[in-house]
Order: sequence, then C-alpha cells, then structure tokens
Amino acid sequence: MALVVVLGLLLFAGLGCGGDETATDETTEDTAASTDTSAGETTDTSEAGDEVAAPTGEPIVFGALVSATGPAAALGEQERAALEMLEGQLNDRGGLLGRPVEIVIEDDQSNPNEAVTATNKLIQQDGAVAIIGGTISPSTLAMKPITAREGIPQVTMSAANAITDEPPIEWIWRTPPKDALAVARALTYVSEKLGITRIAVLHDENAFGSSGLAEIEKSAADYGLEVVAKESYRTDETDLTAPLTKIRSSEPEALVVWGTNPGPAVAAKNMDQLGMDIPYIGSHGIANMTFIDLAGDAAEGVVFPAGKMLIPESITDPAQKEVVDGFIAAFEEATGQRPNTFAGHAFDSVGLLVDAIERAGSTEPGDIQQALNETTGWAGPDGIFNYSETDHDGLEVGDLIMVRIEGGSWVLAE
Amino acid sequence: MSLQEFLQFVFAGITSGSVYALTALGFTLIYNATGIINFAQGEFVMLGGLAAVSLHSGGAPLALAAIGAVAVVTVVGLLFELLAIRPLLNASILAQIIVTVGASLALRTAAMLVWGREAVALPAFTERAPLSVFGATVVAQTLWVLGVTALIVIALQVFYRRTMLGKAVRACAVNPMAARLLGIPYGRVVLLTFGASAAVAAAGGVLITPISFMSYSSGALIGLKGFAAAILGGLGSPAGAVAGGLTLGLLESLSVGLLPWSGTSGYKDAIAFLILLLVLFARPQGLLGQRSAQKV
Repeated sequence: MALVVVLGLLLFAGLGCGGDETATDETTEDTAASTDTSAGETTDTSEAGDEVAAPTGEPIVFGALVSATGPAAALGEQERAALEMLEGQLNDRGGLLGRPVEIVIEDDQSNPNEAVTATNKLIQQDGAVAIIGGTISPSTLAMKPITAREGIPQVTMSAANAITDEPPIEWIWRTPPKDALAVARALTYVSEKLGITRIAVLHDENAFGSSGLAEIEKSAADYGLEVVAKESYRTDETDLTAPLTKIRSSEPEALVVWGTNPGPAVAAKNMDQLGMDIPYIGSHGIANMTFIDLAGDAAEGVVFPAGKMLIPESITDPAQKEVVDGFIAAFEEATGQRPNTFAGHAFDSVGLLVDAIERAGSTEPGDIQQALNETTGWAGPDGIFNYSETDHDGLEVGDLIMVRIEGGSWVLAE
Repeated sequence: MSLQEFLQFVFAGITSGSVYALTALGFTLIYNATGIINFAQGEFVMLGGLAAVSLHSGGAPLALAAIGAVAVVTVVGLLFELLAIRPLLNASILAQIIVTVGASLALRTAAMLVWGREAVALPAFTERAPLSVFGATVVAQTLWVLGVTALIVIALQVFYRRTMLGKAVRACAVNPMAARLLGIPYGRVVLLTFGASAAVAAAGGVLITPISFMSYSSGALIGLKGFAAAILGGLGSPAGAVAGGLTLGLLESLSVGLLPWSGTSGYKDAIAFLILLLVLFARPQGLLGQRSAQKV
C-alpha cells in the first residue's frame, strides 16, 4: 500500500509538471492574442494593374518552423496561415530578386527536440537561405546554436529575454517585443501616469511570470518604485485570496500581476471579493478576450501593455498604419479570420528578411546578416524596427501601448 | 496579524480545501470498492466543469446544465470502467492503477481537442455580494461547495453502513475473491463505483468552476491535491476525505499567512506536503483511517 501511495505521488507530481510546461510555453509567447498588423512591402499585391514579370530561376527558400500542433498550436496556427499567404503574395508581385520564393514550413509539435531535427533538415535538405521561427521560446533557444554554427540568419517569433540577451546573437533577430520591454512599458505607466511609488507583484510561478518578476525587481528602482510585496501562484490555482491578503498587509499603492490566463482573472475576481481597490496592472499575457470573458465585471479598469495591433487606431505612424491595415485586410480575405499578434510576428519576420535581401541584392548569409543589421525604420505590426550589430530586438518602449478594459472592451489608457 | 487577516486566511483555506475535499471523495469511493487509486479522478472533475459550461452556453439554465454535466461525466465513468478497467479485472491492482494514468492523459488530450486550450467560466449559483465576517470575506459559492460536500458525505456514510449494497461494496474491497464466492456481483459493483465516483467528481467540477474557472489542464493540479487530501484523511473514509481536504487547504493558506516575510506563497505546496509526510509518519493510516491488521 505504501508503495502505491509513493508511486502515486510521483506519478502525479510528474503529471503536474507536464501541465506546467505546457502553460509555460504558452505563456512565453502569449503576448497578445489580438488583432492587427501590417503588411510591409508585401501588401500592394492585388492592385496589379501593372504587368509584373513572373519570377524565374531557382527559388529562394526560407525555412520556417512553427508550432502548428501540440500545446502551442493556438499560437502557431495563424503564423502558418500568414506564412502561406505571404509566399503567394511575394510570388504574385514578381518574387524576390526576380526569383520565386518558397517558404518551407515545418511543425515542431511544440517540442524543442523536434525543432532541432526540423531546423537541420531545413538547412541541409531544403537549402534554406534564412530560418524563420520558432513559435515558442524553448524551440527558438534549441534552434539558435544550429543557425549560429551554420551561419544562417534566423528571425524568431518568440519573446523570452534570453534569446537576444545571451550570446551568440550574431545570427538571430527577433520580431515580438521581448518580455523586458513589456515590463518597462508597464512600469513607465505606473510611475509617470499613476505617480505612485509602492507596488506589489503577484506572479505565475512559470517561466513567463518569474522572468517578469525578475525584470520588475531589477528595474523598479530606475522608475522610482519600491516592490513592497511579492507573491506567486500556480497557473491553475483555485483561489488567490491568501496571497492577496498578505499583499494587502504591506499596503501597496498598485498591484502588478504577471501571468497568463486563468490566474490573472482569478486574481481580479478575488480582489473584488476582498474589496481591494488599488490599480491592477496586468502583463501582455492578458491582452486577449479570454481575460475579459473570465473576469467579467472584475476586469473593468485593469490596465496592461500590448502591441499597437490590439487597437489599430492607436497607430500614429502613417507608414505603419498603411502596412497594418493592408495586412489585416489581406489576412481576413485569405483566411476569414482576424489576424492575431502571432500572425503579425510571422508577417514581420518575412518582411524584414525580404527587405534585407532586396537591399543586399544577394542571398549570401553574410550579406543578409549585414543588411538585417542595417535595418532602419522598417514598419510592421509589431512596431518600427531598427536593428544594429548590438541590438537584435529592434523595438522600443514606444512600440507598446497601455490598454485599459472598459465596458468589456479595450481603450487606450493614456 | 489582525483578526480580519487571520480569518481571511482561514476562509481562503476553506475555499481551496472544500475543492480538495470534494475531489478526495471520488478517490475514496473507488478505493473503497476496488483498492484502485484512480489517477483520472482530476480529469473527471475537469470534464464536469467544462461540460457544464458548454451546456450553459448552449442555452440550458444553470441547474439543468449542472445536472446534465453530471450525467454526461457519469456515462464517461461507466465507459471508462467497461473499456479500460473491465478487461484487467483479473490482473493485478497495480496494472489497473497504471491504466488510470493512461486514461487521465487520454482524457486531458481529448478535452483539449474538444474545448480548446482557453479556460472558461460559469456564473455563480447565487448572485450576491461576498459574505463578510469581521471584515473577512467569503463568496457564496464556497458555501455551495461545502454544503454539497456535506450532503455527499452523509449519503455515503448511510450507504456504506446501512444498506446491503453498501456493505457488499465494502466487502469487495476487503477481499474480491471471497465477495464473489458469497454471490456478490463483483463486476457490477465495480461498474457502479466508477459511475458514482465520476458523478461526485463532476459535481465538484461544476461547483468550483464559478470560483476558479476550468480548462483542459485544470484536472492535474486538482487531482494531485485531492489525492493528497484523501491520503491525509485516510484512504477509504469519506469523512476522512473531507477532513484531509480542509486540513490541506488550511495548511496551504496559513503557511502563506503566518510566515512573516514576503514571497512565501511559492513554498506553500512544499510546506503543505512536508506536513503531510510528517502526519503520515506518525499516523500511516491517515487522520481518520482505520488501522488494518495485516499478517506478515
């Protein structure tokens, strides 16, 4: 009997962990299931009144790696759809350097091990001149050593800080705003707009939540903020009144909640129950309708950072606006769905590579590398990109907006 | 710590603990009849919650959605017994337990395919402001969970102690061979137990979804805590399952509240399970379990 009990605990612990990993993957990327985006250069396809020369010769191959199945499928599905659509658009408008473009899409099933195999295949067998992906940060981190060793440019669609914080970064660039940028945006709002100094942090124990906490603790002082309490929870926790009560006893002036659904929604409801009326600042992990559906009335007044695609009207740059509107229209026509953040990442990845190859006039890896590093003012759904030899993130705090939930919908918070 | 804060930690513990207790009851039911620990128990809870949300959003009134969800999951429990457990009825208990592990993974994946990955919510059974006691608050839904748990425990105690069928069920757990020799239809008893256990789990899932939401992956954590609660209370005792659940919930929330420094919520599982181990060292049969004499 005792043996069975011990076995049981072990098994369950294993199951629990499995669940966590899943949540983590999702989290890392779950930046903002929303709406928006652009269409860099690839958009003005359909107006083809002019005759376009059909592309000829050997195709230029991009190797793309998305998580189209498995736990992160919700993220990878639209990335795949966007990549398929973009391949068609590129060839319709005459290809790239006069040659046809082929985007070979592999599915890593949300599994970093599969990502390694597929990346090798894309480079060795398909002859990819550049790699796009992966969808989830663990896959990207597994692919990074391969592209670095082979000297093939890789543009990733995932957000973990480590991807570009840790060397080597010579061959990897990023399209989504990285997690640290979202923290910076949120803390700017807290210190400048709310004008307060004492904050508390409630975060998910998974990779997304704990890296958020680490970033907040690291940079709080720069914004004149003091973290007076920090508590954590597990993604599927049933009730958060205990950590919230403890947080309340430290008398913070605002609560920052860093996690993805459903935890932040439980926290919002529990704050209502406890009568805590300090401002609730969320992460980009709740930039989706699910949070509003779950938290209901408790979601009202919650503020969080997100890409401008969530509220396309917030885009002030005319070039970016045109690109984003064009992409939304084209994507809706091709798939019947509104593009989410992740489709936007795919758009930016392809667009940045196409832009670099056109400027380089070559598909040699070294030429693409140099051209990518020289990218300036390229506008897409995620923002306006300026890469350099040392900055492979390209975005800045101004590419994010603060969003408030009002009447079950999103409005600009400032 | 003020009285208000202390009470709030107690209420938090009771809220989580009532969920654990209800899940532990399902473990108890199956263990009592078969000696099997059903590791798919948390998945039955999850299915109950998700089924209720689907029925409710499909237009069914809340009460009907709740009953419908329990019915659906009961059928799943019966099918589970017929398809997965029945063929192994003569194999070792260990083999049967391992089948339940496989079933839990299969059910979770199936739920992801049917309902997707997002968590979903259900309205509270009683729409009213949280109840306040000395400034500490508790939501009405928690009282629903506690009330239904109490009803189920009473019903089970009566069933096991006062009815012939209940006694037959217990006999099956003690010695299946002897029970069969005495004419107890062992197979049907096992089938009945799985159905009842799935029903209890589904009721739990429906009741807690308004408090904590439900997603395809929620069953893992709930199952783990429910299992720990059942062990703590003493496997096989319905009252013990409830005592174990509430004790575990209180241990967790008080370990957050009573430790003075910040950030202790990350260690609450570790603290709770450490205490669970200590309890089992001192009382291997659990809080309310009966010590069984065993010939060595």
